[in-house]
Amino acid sequence: MSAAPVTSLQGRHLLGIDDLSPDEVRLVLDTADAMKEVAARPIKKVPALRGRTIVNLFFEPSTRTRTSFEIAEKRLSADTLNIAVSTSSVVKGETLLDTVDNIEAMSPDMLVVRHGSSGACHQLARHCRSRIVNAGDGMHEHPTQALLDAYTIRQHKGRLDGLQVAIIGDLMHSRVLRSNLLLLRKMGATVRVCAPRPLLPAGIEALGAVPCRTVEEALEDADVVMMLRIQLERMHALFFPSLREYFTLFGLTPARLALARPDAIVMHPGPMNRGVEIASEVADGSRAVILEQVANGVAVRMAVLYLVAGGGED
Amino acid sequence: MTSVLLKNGRVVDPANGRDGVFDVLVRDGLIAAVGKDLDVPEGVTVLEVPAGCVVTPGLIDMHVHLRDPGQEHKETVKTGVTAAVAGGFTAVACMPNTSPVNDTAAVTRYILTRAAEAGLARVYPIGAVSVGLKGEQLAEIGELKAAGCVAISDDGFPVRTALMMRRALEYAEMLGVLVIDHCEDLTLKGDGVVHEGAVATALGLRGIPGEAEEINVERDITLAGLTKAPVHIAHLSTAGSLRAVRAGKARGIRVTCEVMPHHFVLTDEALRGYDTNTKMNPPLRPAADRDALIAGIADGSVDVIATDHAPHHADEKALPYDQAPFGITGLETAVSLTFDHLVHRGVIDLSRMVTLMSVNPARILGVPGGSLAEGAAADVTVLAPDLEVTVDRQAMKSLSKNTPFDGWTLRGGVAATFVDGRLVHRNTRVAGLTAWPSAPVE
Repeated sequence: MSAAPVTSLQGRHLLGIDDLSPDEVRLVLDTADAMKEVAARPIKKVPALRGRTIVNLFFEPSTRTRTSFEIAEKRLSADTLNIAVSTSSVVKGETLLDTVDNIEAMSPDMLVVRHGSSGACHQLARHCRSRIVNAGDGMHEHPTQALLDAYTIRQHKGRLDGLQVAIIGDLMHSRVLRSNLLLLRKMGATVRVCAPRPLLPAGIEALGAVPCRTVEEALEDADVVMMLRIQLERMHALFFPSLREYFTLFGLTPARLALARPDAIVMHPGPMNRGVEIASEVADGSRAVILEQVANGVAVRMAVLYLVAGGGED
Repeated sequence: MTSVLLKNGRVVDPANGRDGVFDVLVRDGLIAAVGKDLDVPEGVTVLEVPAGCVVTPGLIDMHVHLRDPGQEHKETVKTGVTAAVAGGFTAVACMPNTSPVNDTAAVTRYILTRAAEAGLARVYPIGAVSVGLKGEQLAEIGELKAAGCVAISDDGFPVRTALMMRRALEYAEMLGVLVIDHCEDLTLKGDGVVHEGAVATALGLRGIPGEAEEINVERDITLAGLTKAPVHIAHLSTAGSLRAVRAGKARGIRVTCEVMPHHFVLTDEALRGYDTNTKMNPPLRPAADRDALIAGIADGSVDVIATDHAPHHADEKALPYDQAPFGITGLETAVSLTFDHLVHRGVIDLSRMVTLMSVNPARILGVPGGSLAEGAAADVTVLAPDLEVTVDRQAMKSLSKNTPFDGWTLRGGVAATFVDGRLVHRNTRVAGLTAWPSAPVE
């Protein structure tokens, strides 16, 4: 028995990839195709969310994700408001729930939330009337990043099913890893992961990842290579000795990239540390799709906002 | 009314080898006689024990946080002992991580004064090992003992260094004071908030490996061997810690340990959904650890069931998961969880339950209790093994409501609690108890 085709995410939150079925992932990606076309127009605006109020509530600094959401919202004609932690009442000791209660009192339709604590969006979703779109919670999930990554992969490979994807870098602290892993496994891809052992999360196999001991093993015949950002302060917590040694053992160089399939694409969620996780020759090379990811981010976020707002039903 | 005859109850009193239907006569707050068909002396009120209920020596929780002085918005001595008697406990031992820390006789006396004013459960203060729990200088343990402390601990923190632990064991042994240690290597714990493993990874929460506990358990047992002093391992939570305790006991080292109901009932799967009432330290562990603890309770390796009752205000538990404080309440759920998950599942019998929750805590702390011997203070708990209990946090007596068991239906509960022969708690949901006189805590 096949269920009725999925046409909307109305009434739902987007807290994580964990909540989406494969059909719903496809719905977002297909909708993003239509949204992408808006960016090519001379007047980059559609009236889909006219009269809706979306608050971008960022408790962690973010340039790229916040900008991407904001552009997506404006292209859908929503009324948008950005609240950043440094200018909010949080610094005065207000709690997360109080902050959100105050915003909700002004009747927004949707909250796009980034927070440094894993599970913060889940707690808000239990507490709020507004729809919540998770723009990154702690080390847990960053679902729109995984969706835009999947969109970019599908654009280049025509499919997700059966692909070999290598994800390399700070796996331990990465919400991008977790959302990508969940999404790619859900859609039938194989995900190999590689990190210095202290940055390999316990039980990552239980999420369907295949850990590799060397970056070479992870890269061999990969269709997609996804490099994760190394936070420069991690070496002070003894995760690895130095950035220099990190690049020596794990950095993506042209020589290492040659182990992947000839048509492999190179991705990075940004911001990049050139010369740490990725060599400039690779980052700026013909296989890199890093700026396409950024461009696609707007279309995918338009699709998510549109579908969560109830669009797409007809 | 401190002279009563508890008539025709099943009496389970392992310290005196008793398990059968007896009358228990209490006169002037003391156990006067336990026997069949006792005469009713003048001035003694007869209380019929309802069918199915069990009369036991008063339960003792040797690990609670009463938060008073200093954090009275979470709990006070009075609300804490109210929760204790409602949960069937006639005595509690309270940890020193108050504000100020119980590292001076003045704080010890303050706690005892508040307990005397409340007049419900007995309170046994536990003093600090180190001044301010800072691990730098020994607290004045002799003075703490003289003021009424029955043990010392830096609970909330481990005794920081091996040298400090060695000196504390030696000094406390000289004074006949027990050292209780919260075993945790703080450097290995780092900024972890939950058990390290697949669930933590899936949820993106920083992990604490079980080995952070086990390293310090091994250290403490080794030092107890060196010093020939007793050591009690607080809130033991892993299979590896239990192996170390078993091995220590087998070598003749004076090590005892306690396990908390949440660790033999829940696993880290309960973290999914980010309910901050699943956050405690030590954290909820995987099923393999939970099962090992149950096996240790069954085979006698575990000495005590205690609660680590750790009240926190709802505002504090409303913080994001990684920022919320560690700890849950336990006094009012321990009996029901123990009945439901251990006794009714055949892991232990009632006699062993009483040993774990009354006899052994009294023996290990060196305090009276754990026995219905003639002449003993009449601290008595009446249990209702088949009572259906639905946990309702709003109905709890504790000032804080931070329990992960809200809404759970469990089989087994508390019917009544007597301290010094005085009925301090009566559960009117137990058929037959409405005929009893009312109690201060109902």
